[in-house]
Amino acid sequence: MESEVTQAPPVRHPSLLSVRDLRVSFVGTEAVRRLSFDVRPGEVLALVGESGAGKSLTARALLGMLPRGAAMSGEIRLDGSADLAAARGRRISLVPQDALSALSPVHPVGEQLAAAVRSLHRVSRAEARERAVAALDRVGIPDAARRARAYPHEYSGGMRQRAVIAMAMLGEPDLVVADEPTTALDAERREQVLRVLAEQREAAGAALLLVTHDLDVVRDHADRVLVMYAGRLSELGPVGEVLNRPRAPYTAGLLACLPQDGPRRRRLPTLPGTPPAPGALPPGCAFAPRCPLAADVCRTGEPEPRTVDGRLVACHRADEVPADTVTLFAEGRPA
Amino acid sequence: MTAPLLDVRDLVVRYGSVTAVDGVSFALEAGETLALDGPSGCGKSTTALTVLQLRRPDAGEVRFEGRELTTLTERELRPLRPRMQPVFQDPYGSLNPRHRIRDAVAEPLKVQGRWTDADGPARVAALLDRVGLDPSYGDRRPHELSGGQCQRAGIARALASEPRLLVLDEPVSALDPSVRAGVLNLLADLQDDLGLGYLFICHDRAVVRHFADRVVRMRDGRISPSSPPR
Repeated sequence: MESEVTQAPPVRHPSLLSVRDLRVSFVGTEAVRRLSFDVRPGEVLALVGESGAGKSLTARALLGMLPRGAAMSGEIRLDGSADLAAARGRRISLVPQDALSALSPVHPVGEQLAAAVRSLHRVSRAEARERAVAALDRVGIPDAARRARAYPHEYSGGMRQRAVIAMAMLGEPDLVVADEPTTALDAERREQVLRVLAEQREAAGAALLLVTHDLDVVRDHADRVLVMYAGRLSELGPVGEVLNRPRAPYTAGLLACLPQDGPRRRRLPTLPGTPPAPGALPPGCAFAPRCPLAADVCRTGEPEPRTVDGRLVACHRADEVPADTVTLFAEGRPA
Repeated sequence: MTAPLLDVRDLVVRYGSVTAVDGVSFALEAGETLALDGPSGCGKSTTALTVLQLRRPDAGEVRFEGRELTTLTERELRPLRPRMQPVFQDPYGSLNPRHRIRDAVAEPLKVQGRWTDADGPARVAALLDRVGLDPSYGDRRPHELSGGQCQRAGIARALASEPRLLVLDEPVSALDPSVRAGVLNLLADLQDDLGLGYLFICHDRAVVRHFADRVVRMRDGRISPSSPPR
């Protein structure tokens, strides 16, 4: 048998969605700053960071749903095309944070899904109703035909969240953007909703941009993670690499302050200080005032993202971040 | 043997035909944290409200510092109420948005007749300092604080009543991880310094494991047999 030595082709990741130099600002104050990242077809990319880091604004920018008064610049391309208007709501869909306010309180859930079906497909009312019931059934709503006639307030929190997942999947999207989809739910329902979201996403072959502040959710459900701080990329890479061996001190700090399994330990490491307000950024790296590794260089120049150890990191001191993140932040006192 | 700080026996609470709490018993010592864990709707928040006597039970006993509360009148309860204080999940929702932080913290002192113009402001400043807030935050209103700062202000207000028991209903669930760690550290310090008993309602298993001395797991209004022993 003829042996054939083949050169393994370089791993290429065609990009489904590419974001370049995204900026979102309010009256000249930048809340998202020069953010660039790709979403690959079929992957789950988690977007994490603290309140005010700009993660929800980034998600909203992709959907063209920025709040009034927000100015956006930069480039967002889906399959290379910058014309997103036709794709939004179809190829890119949203699972909102608060299903109760995303749904109309005065219309039955099934009717709202049927209206969404008819906005996407030219089908009869009866056909739209059937598709709505089938969509509710697929996300595990028990007795879907009957539940379709019920109103959102008659659903439990977990059922409502599954109903909006069903709605997001109606257009057979290539990219689902889920903005904190499980924040309001308890642990059991959170797992159930994330499982349904994963099943639906896999069945459709869609990619998922999962906005969350829960690193356990990231670990269990995402392929790659983008950590944001003060509107910028802090670290971006495969979940295992980033969470097991963070190279951005900010990522390390987020991990250090999680309660750990094992012996009960009463004092948790904390990040000293608070995130800067947009428009009141310190000179240099925005994290420097809170960073135990900050050096002079960090207080003068803002670091650009660079490749370190298989991921992108925006940190001058990425090579100095120790493996033991808990010790790095252990002396943190309440800010 | 002295009575436990809180001793709940065979508690039953019904809403119409629904039995939200069905025969729940537990005890809590001063300086101890007992976590109530369980899914939404399992009755843990109703249990908390009933412990505080903000909701009267349909059956069972709530003994606080050895006194049975369920048979007391509202007037008889009033002097005991400051000694058991709630801290809620939504830090903004639990403070009046129109009141400055220092007025919110001063209010219990005034209501309980412990306010004097001579030393009241200094006590408020000391309470804010105790929870890690610079006293200058007293001039602000809740929406001018971050979620973590606002939760600290809510804890300062609870401390103003000089409580023995804090009923903490998901006190860190709405907070970012780094902020959550700081508030959990604060609660641990306060407990060590003041010997407070904590009834800690939380559905985050990692936080419960980290923070609680004991865990009571509830399901469908009852204590679940899967509660970790101890």
